[in-house]
Amino acid sequence: MSEPLIEIRGLRKVYRVGKVDVSALRGVDLDVPPGEFLAIVGPSGSGKSTLFHIIGGLTPATGGTVRIGGQDISSLTDAGRTKLRKNKVGFVFQKFNLLPNLTAADNIAIARYIAGRAPAPEPEFEEVLKLLGISERLNHRPAALSGGEQQRVAIARAIVNHPAILLADEPTGNLDSENSAAVLDVMRDLNRRLGQTILMITHNPEAAAFAHRTVRMRDGRIVG
Amino acid sequence: MRSLLSMFLIAVPVTLILCLVGLSQGMLADSARRARGIGADIIVRPPKTSMLTLSGAPLPEKLVDAIQRKPHVALAIGVIVHLVTNVTYVNGVDLAGFDKMNGGFKYLEGGPFRGPDDIIVDQYYAQQHNLHAGGHVDDILNHHWHVSGIAEGGKLARLAVPMRTLQDLTGNTAKVSQIFVKVDNPANIPAVMAELKAPDFLPDYNIYTMEEFTSLLTVENVGGLSTFIHVMVGIGVVIGFAVVLLSMYMAVLQRTREIGILKALGASRWFILKIILAEAAIMGLGGTVVGIGLSFAARALILALYPASLTQAITPDWWPIAGAISLAGALLGALYPGLSAAAQDPIEALAYE
Repeated sequence: MSEPLIEIRGLRKVYRVGKVDVSALRGVDLDVPPGEFLAIVGPSGSGKSTLFHIIGGLTPATGGTVRIGGQDISSLTDAGRTKLRKNKVGFVFQKFNLLPNLTAADNIAIARYIAGRAPAPEPEFEEVLKLLGISERLNHRPAALSGGEQQRVAIARAIVNHPAILLADEPTGNLDSENSAAVLDVMRDLNRRLGQTILMITHNPEAAAFAHRTVRMRDGRIVG
Repeated sequence: MRSLLSMFLIAVPVTLILCLVGLSQGMLADSARRARGIGADIIVRPPKTSMLTLSGAPLPEKLVDAIQRKPHVALAIGVIVHLVTNVTYVNGVDLAGFDKMNGGFKYLEGGPFRGPDDIIVDQYYAQQHNLHAGGHVDDILNHHWHVSGIAEGGKLARLAVPMRTLQDLTGNTAKVSQIFVKVDNPANIPAVMAELKAPDFLPDYNIYTMEEFTSLLTVENVGGLSTFIHVMVGIGVVIGFAVVLLSMYMAVLQRTREIGILKALGASRWFILKIILAEAAIMGLGGTVVGIGLSFAARALILALYPASLTQAITPDWWPIAGAISLAGALLGALYPGLSAAAQDPIEALAYE
């Protein structure tokens, strides 16, 4: 078996809410090999999003270790986590989170610009855009796109810098079943054709069925 | 919309500064032009007088004759100056001497004084007050004046009346405010200056060649004016700062989610700060351009409504200064909102509705 791309050991996260400490993660262990499409399911408050936020470098861990490609990210500074988000992970959110004043093409270009690359994607990325079915919609602003199209633009933006991991947090949560199926198909294609490692949070068992493996979380722990 | 409004608000102090400087320089340039228009080589003013303003008549009229008798003096004429309103002066002048000195007024309507209650007004004053030759003016020194002529502007004040009449009306009989001297040959100006300034003649008087006098009509030489301008510049910076601070603070609040998105994409604190500062800089520079445009509009408005009151110059040398002031105000104002945006927690920002 190949070395895990993500190796999580004893991961803990405690949030301070007012004067109360809330444990969001209570010792998570998880290995994700490269190229895996992993679904994470669990009820609200089980710690799924917190796990994503730590893997994605949006927030530091309170304890434990998270290694991505051998690098321990749990001890990174704010600047280190910014670099991680820029180069190693791509996010897809439930609410798409496209910049409303930019066209689809510019939403993709800004991710490249932030990463210090030329704003125009490489010519090979054309194929990915075709796969996503948005090549003809790039000059439209988000308001002129359907939910499914917006989410596919968000996926293009997330992978335009070739991140090691694509983190998708309820990517179909705001979509109807037709658009949900289209987005999940695209993610599976990306995983199969490009070997993109994908971690997807979902409440939907049908969505989870697209993944190679599903892990369940409850009360800040992986339970199955 | 918010940015356009901010730009407009930044433009206000820019316009204020440019109008203030333009008015200062315009009024001084106008004074210099009028002084040169008299055609004299030397001007004699009472001791301790302001460069810009002069009212009252402390010089005895016989001094004019004494100066006239000096070698190389071709002509000396006394003029009495009286302040009518804040910016309008009336001159009492002896037209015979005045005509000899510079060829006299060029009349657009009517002609010289024919009686002691006649008044000559310049074209701008006539335009503003809708006056014509043969008309009447009653609001100057509570006297009933008959308009004998409308003259081209640029010589003396906008209003000229017979010297004796003004002397009597202002209680300055046989006195004048300043004396203009024409020398027989420009080469003799230094010699005449020396004569006039001689210890036994007029040692304490402000005596200048006309060239010196006009070159002294600058903002720096008018007491308090440059301090006033500096204060206005300071106010400009403060207004620019406050406008941009509020505007950018609003913008950061409105765009919290977008800032979160950028941070999720890997944007650094400096990247976020840079965007906010760049927007502020664009607003500052845009505000400067709008402000410059508004200063032209203000000038046109003053000229249209009050052609005889204030002279506002357009001062391109102050454009970069006004630009720097609004830019500094805008960048200072954007700093706090920018830093708070840069420090935002990406998770909280992404959850912002």
